[in-house]
Amino acid sequence: MRNNSGGVIQRADIGQLLSVLTEKGYITIGPTLRDNTIVYDEIESVQDLPIGWTDIQAPGSYRLIKRDDEALFAYNTAPQSWKRYLNPPRIRLWKAQRTEGGGFTVDPEDYAPSKYAFIGVRACELKAILIQDKVFLGGYKDPCYQSRREGAFIVAVNCTQANETCFCASMNSGPKAESDYDLALTEIIDEQRHEFVVECGSERGEEILKELQHRPVEAEDSQRVDERIQETISQMGRSMDTHRLQSLLASQPNHPRWEEVAERCLSCANCTMACPTCFCSTVEDVTDLTGDHAERWRQWDSCFTMDFTYISGGHVRSSVMSRYRQWMTHKLSTWHDQFGVSGCVGCGRCITWCPVGIDITEEVAAFQNSHSQKTTNSVEK
Amino acid sequence: MIAPTQAPMVTTPWTITRIEKETEDTFTLDLKASEVEASPYRFEPGQFNMLYVFGVGEAPISISGDPAKPKRLRHTTRIVGTVTRAMGALRKGESIGIRGPYGSSWPLEQAKGKDVIIVSGGIGLAPLRPALHKLLAHRQQYRRIILLYGARTPEDILYNKHLEKWRARFDVEVYITVDRATRNWRGNVGVVTPLVKRAPFHRDNAIAMICGPEIMMRYAVQELRTRGLQAEDIYVSIERNMKCAIGHCGHCQYGPAFTCKDGPVFRYDKIEHLFNLVEI
Ligand SMILES: Cc1cc2nc3c(=O)[nH]c(=O)nc-3n(C[C@H](O)[C@H](O)[C@H](O)COP(=O)(O)OP(=O)(O)OC[C@H]3O[C@@H](n4cnc5c(N)ncnc54)[C@H](O)[C@@H]3O)c2cc1C
Ligand code: SF4
Ligand code: SF4
Ligand code: FES
Repeated sequence: MRNNSGGVIQRADIGQLLSVLTEKGYITIGPTLRDNTIVYDEIESVQDLPIGWTDIQAPGSYRLIKRDDEALFAYNTAPQSWKRYLNPPRIRLWKAQRTEGGGFTVDPEDYAPSKYAFIGVRACELKAILIQDKVFLGGYKDPCYQSRREGAFIVAVNCTQANETCFCASMNSGPKAESDYDLALTEIIDEQRHEFVVECGSERGEEILKELQHRPVEAEDSQRVDERIQETISQMGRSMDTHRLQSLLASQPNHPRWEEVAERCLSCANCTMACPTCFCSTVEDVTDLTGDHAERWRQWDSCFTMDFTYISGGHVRSSVMSRYRQWMTHKLSTWHDQFGVSGCVGCGRCITWCPVGIDITEEVAAFQNSHSQKTTNSVEK
Repeated sequence: MIAPTQAPMVTTPWTITRIEKETEDTFTLDLKASEVEASPYRFEPGQFNMLYVFGVGEAPISISGDPAKPKRLRHTTRIVGTVTRAMGALRKGESIGIRGPYGSSWPLEQAKGKDVIIVSGGIGLAPLRPALHKLLAHRQQYRRIILLYGARTPEDILYNKHLEKWRARFDVEVYITVDRATRNWRGNVGVVTPLVKRAPFHRDNAIAMICGPEIMMRYAVQELRTRGLQAEDIYVSIERNMKCAIGHCGHCQYGPAFTCKDGPVFRYDKIEHLFNLVEI
């Protein structure tokens, strides 16, 4: 159910959101400016936000430039998504200690519940979190993910502009957050105003809004939000045709396009690290010098690495072709079989952060085109 | 089964009570729970555990013991690399970490009233031994039981004692072949697949279970299909790299399947589209 309660908060008062959340014991994580990129990190006040900055993204390129206003959220996607907080890149799973006579004891890591408030979660990122929920909480529950996810307070931010690499609209995952947030903000800036239209998505969200200086939402406010969202959709630089894509990719393991893209792909794994839905991991066992104390760690891994599929007979996917095929087929086809949704939310990160600018929408189009050509040909015959 | 409250990646120490050297590079470990478990360990034939060697790492290993004896957990391992080598160096009384059981199992229910053909190669006999134990414990529920087994040399044959016992029974047909014979070998020589050609099963009322190197499984499936067995009456066990066994690490993906939870035992018609592809 959509919750329609909300309000409008002036720019001057938005700082209260952070202080109220902090008072309630939340660790506030939001966008900050670092090394010429946007990095989600702990923030204390509005001053920590990338005020007046925006990002220009294109295949293989990312740049920040100054705007001529003081917008707080006028960028699209940061290189790293929220998965860094919910599913950290490296965690300890347990420690073990040798005992007399060749035995050992195991001490599981205790993941104390975290109380994160995520400020500025984009619609596509929110969808990605819901997808990772299916991975880590849908079957066996991952205790680390659970401890971080269950307490998390989500402040979504609707995108009021889009990048050239964005295609969430065609993936049904944005640019407006529709549910599963606590509060959703739309930043409105024009000659007369700099304010935030707030929608509450949960009781927790309503409780917080009550404590913030705000006025009721008028019809014009909602209209301004709708206009901005429409404008964002029209700015979106890319789109993906998902019609029958699941079966199309599943049925084309020998398509020549896989070889073509593999000639460009460096198999660097950037796309999987940046992708907000990719979840793969590996484990590492370490011991101290005495050999009596051992630990097991888990860290992010990628299907683009050679060792990913190693079994004693050799590497199952030794060619770059097979690894690219795994990545794209997983994202857009087998993900549906596994989790009932697409593994792509259209955030564009894999396009931006690919050193050679491989574009997943272009690859999909190539498959869709060669398929429709084939069908037309056979109709002609 | 794992208690739902326990973190799924946390291993539990079990004690090695017996070690049996099967062949030059293969050994069987018998384990008992180090702490008194609330309930006995239950598993279905075909399932596997993740075995942890202290400080070295984990490996997925099938359960090779008798499901009717849940107090003694049995695994047969072939030494091929880091973890399995360290496992082979463990001694009686030492501990090994266990988590599981994981994965799908052999179709022993579906096989009732049918001929059962078991095709195995090398270490592939290990995950099928629990199935044989169970089939023979309920012998009257099945029609013919045929075991085809191929090993590299006579010295590489696993479970000699069990094979002898089964051979001596009139209600099991055991055919063994070796790739390379030694002087005293009087049995078949060559790969296991030609044995499939001669196996006396009824194609309309039979079920096949296959485990071994992928190339062997491919030929075995081909041969069974030629003999008229339907794809849905053939089951194969697939090996993939596994880091978690709980559907989280992504390593074991086989097309749409997670081998750790949808497999390792698959009904052939469900994976036919992947089975003959390379690098999937
Ligand atoms: C469901 C299932 C059931 C099985 N049942 C049995 C059984 O009953 N008996 C049996 O003997 N075998 C069985 N196997 C096979 C067994 O799991 C492997 O032989 C075993 O994992 C090999 O481990 P290892 O460390 O000894 O070998 P290695 O070859 O040293 O290592 C294999 C593992 O180490 C990793 N690795 C290797 N080299 C590198 C590197 N350079 N960098 C990073 N990582 C690396 C691989 O990713 C892999 O996970 C089974 C496998 C599966 C999937
Ligand atoms: S695309 Fe690759 S890294 Fe990403 S979830 Fe799938 S298998 Fe894992
Ligand atoms: S596949 Fe690319 S566009 Fe899709 S969610 Fe992942 S990073 Fe974003
Ligand atoms: S072994 Fe990790 S997902 Fe299957």
